[in-house]
Parts: sequence; structure tokens; C-alpha cells
Amino acid sequence: MMVKDIKKRTWVWCSIFMAFVLLALLTLDYSSLSTFSLTMGQEVIRGLSKPDWSFFYDGSGEDLFSLLLLTLAIACLGTLIAAVLAIPITLISAANLWQSAPWVAKIGKMICNVLRAFPELVYAIIFVKVVGPGPFAGVMAIGVHQIGMLGKLFTEEMEAMNDHLIEEAQAVGANFWQTMFFVRVPYLAPIYSSFALNHFEIAVRSAATLGLVGAGGIGAPLIFAIQTRTWSKVSIILLGVVVTVFLLDQLTGIIRKKLR
Amino acid sequence: MKLRDTVHFHLYKHLLLLIFLLLCFQSSVWITGADFTKIWTNSNQMTAFFARFLHPDVRYIPKLLLPLLKTLQMSFLGTIIGVAMALPFSLLATTVFTENRWLSIVIRFILGLIRTVPNLLLAALFVAIVGIGEATGVLTIAVFTFGMVSQLMFQAIETIDQAPIEAAAAVGANKWQITIYAILPQVMGQFASYTFYAFEVNVRASTVLGYVGAGGIGVILNASLALMNYERVSIIILLILITVAVVDFCSERVRRAFL
Repeated sequence: MMVKDIKKRTWVWCSIFMAFVLLALLTLDYSSLSTFSLTMGQEVIRGLSKPDWSFFYDGSGEDLFSLLLLTLAIACLGTLIAAVLAIPITLISAANLWQSAPWVAKIGKMICNVLRAFPELVYAIIFVKVVGPGPFAGVMAIGVHQIGMLGKLFTEEMEAMNDHLIEEAQAVGANFWQTMFFVRVPYLAPIYSSFALNHFEIAVRSAATLGLVGAGGIGAPLIFAIQTRTWSKVSIILLGVVVTVFLLDQLTGIIRKKLR
Repeated sequence: MKLRDTVHFHLYKHLLLLIFLLLCFQSSVWITGADFTKIWTNSNQMTAFFARFLHPDVRYIPKLLLPLLKTLQMSFLGTIIGVAMALPFSLLATTVFTENRWLSIVIRFILGLIRTVPNLLLAALFVAIVGIGEATGVLTIAVFTFGMVSQLMFQAIETIDQAPIEAAAAVGANKWQITIYAILPQVMGQFASYTFYAFEVNVRASTVLGYVGAGGIGVILNASLALMNYERVSIIILLILITVAVVDFCSERVRRAFL
């Protein structure tokens, strides 16, 4: 690819694109940046470089260790509920199970899309209103959001699965439920477990943020520490979140590789 | 697939897995103090919420259009900056470019660390350090995009065809010439596709970033929620959903045209 080979139309598109970038850069409101000063930045960095290790575990139940455990529990429970409830939704919305009545599958897909459309934070706000602030609101928010996510992925896999296996089973006289349990379930179980594990990782990340709206977990103490500018505490909490998520990613990565 | 892969073989293994999952479930319930009956006993709260939620305040739309545009602008700029930063770092993270295993491992580790911080926490941190406003939102989205896209990019670079690189090296090209003429042409299409994917993700994310003060429509969402003005909350969420759907549709079209 040489410079002179680039078409004239590409140049036009590139210049329009650059004009958009410039326009966006120039119209942005930079007034907030004026409050930032270098000495303040230095103070933040100095605070962040000295994590407050006494917060790690003090036996009160409000320390980093127990809150991280709570965050993991929220993510685990939310994903487990979602993975179980996503299966009936998948059975409704997979088009190849409803060949005689395609409208059923369309309804199922619409349910998934609606559940998936709201951000988790909005669900958390709604559930904090409904069941009160606390970890359970976070569990429900993650659970309901993940039903939509997992439902969509499960359905896609169900529709994309190899038809030959089912035809073979039907050819030897298997009925609907026999093909379901002897062909579809064994074929799809590892794929579904892999998706569920991947969404457990995602759920841990969102569980760490849901505390911002009062839905339990590590987010609430973090936002308090940020607002009161206790940078040493912010540092230890961020360190805890990063290490937990990183280790969990590696662990689920190994398990998912084995599932393949 | 073979017969021994079906559920009925290795029954004890599957039973152990089931018991392990049930233990996870029970201990999580115990730790979080989950009480599922609350959903039914408090359902009047839910109906009260939805009764107001289902009557969106349509007259509020004109006031929302400018913040919505600002949100799109934030995610657009953030995506561009993030992708521009990700390009050199994704090259550094592959042995194809560096020919130095340790440098690549170190860069990958740093990229992995950046990716682990949830973007809402990143936004809260930047708001505290830099200040409330749209520029903070752009900064957050840029860092978030950087972490996400650089991983996709170095995975793409790793799987390219080695032959053009060897050919270019054989005729005496230096490292920059190899990068520009042998590596980049193979991955440009994928990079463009990842950029649009990142833009989609960022539009979704940027709508809630305002919740912690990073500018855009989330600021109004937060204010309306705090004032328990659910008619307005409902119209804001509706507008966000429409915007996300339109952006998804457009970017899907452009991605198809690219590939």
C-alpha cells in the first residue's frame, strides 16, 4: 500500500473525519481543567503511593478483605441466578426450537433485548428503591442485567449449533426431549459454562462500582475515600480491586481454556 | 462429540460440580444476606416506582438534546484519543515488532492492570483529581478505550501472516518500513472495526459516567434521581436507549462496509 494508491474518495472521507475531530475538540468545555494545579496532583500521587495497610483487615467487617469478599459474593450470586434463569429464556428465544411457531422466538428475543438495554447502574438504582440499600440490591441488579446478556449469548450458540448431530439423533428415533438431553445439553454445556465464567468476571467489575449508588460492595467506601480525599485509603482499595480482578481473570482464563 | 461426553458418564464428577456450585450459592447468600422474599413483600414499592416511570415527561426532551450531544462528543473524542494511544503500545506488546520477549511481557502486564479498573471507578478518581466536567469524561473514556482496544489490537497483530514481514526484511527494510508496509496493511481493517466497537461500548458507558460528575446526560440523570423526579428519569433513560440503538445500527453498517 503506497501513499499515491490511496483513492480520492478516501481522502475526502478522511478530511471530513478530521474536521469532525477538530470540531469536537474545539467545542468541548475545558473550564473544569482550570481548577487542576500541579501541587494538588503531586499531593494525590504522594498519597496514592502510600497505601494504608491498616485498612486491609481489622476484624470489624468494614475492612478491605471482608468488603472484597462481599463484592465477590454479590457477583457470584448474581451470575448464578442469571445463568439459571437465562436457560428458560434461551429455550423460548431459540428460533430452531420453535420452527412451527416463529413468533414465540421473536418474543423471547425481545425480552432479552429489553433486559439488556438498561445499564446495570440503572437497575441498581431501581432495586435500591425496591429492596432497600445493601448487597441484595446489587445481586438483583447484576442478576437481571446478566439474564439479558447471557440469554442473548446462549440463544446465539443454540441457533449456531451443528444440525447434523440433531438429525442423527432424530434418525434413530429420538423425540424432542431425548435430543435435548442427549445431544443439545452435552454439546452446549461447556460453551455455556465458559460464557457464565466470563460474565462472572464482568460481574465482579460491576459489583465493585455498584456501591456508588448504595448497592453494597467495595464501591461505597471507595467513593467516600475519594470524596474526602483520603488518598492513602483510595490507594489500598484500588490496589485490592485491581489484584482481585487480575487474579480472577487469570483463574477463569485457565478454567475456560480447559473447557474448550 | 462422543458418547462418553454425555451427562450420564462421569456422574460423580458432575455431582461434585453441582455440590460445589450449590455451596457457592449458599455461602454467597449467607455473605450478602440476600432475602428473596423481599422482592414480593416490597412489590408495592416497585409498582409505585413503575407507575410514575411509565409516564415519561415528553416536554423535557428539548432540554436533553444538548447534553446528549455532549455525551456523544465525549465518547467520540475519548475513542479517538484512546485508539491513537493504543496503536503504538499494541505494537510494543507484540514480539512481532519488538523481538524482545521481556519488553512485550512487561507492556502486556501494564495493559492488563489498566484494564482491571472498572470505568466508573476510573471516572470517580479522575473527577476527584482533575475536576467535574466534560474534559474529565473524555479523559476517562480515553484511558478505558486504551486498555480495551490495545488488547484487541495486539491479539490481531500476533495472528498476522509472517511472510510479508520476512519478504520486507529480506529486501533490506528497517523496522519502521516493516511496520508501515508489512504489518499495518494486514491489520488496518480489524483496527477500524475495533474502533467502531469501542465507540459503541463508550456511548453506553458515557451515559452513566455523568453519574459521578464526568459530564454529559448522566449529570441530569443523577439530579432527576436525587429529586425523585421519575417522570424525567424515564424520559432520560428512554432517550439513552434510542441513542444507543441508533449508534449500534450506524456503526454496524459502517463496519460491514469496511470489512
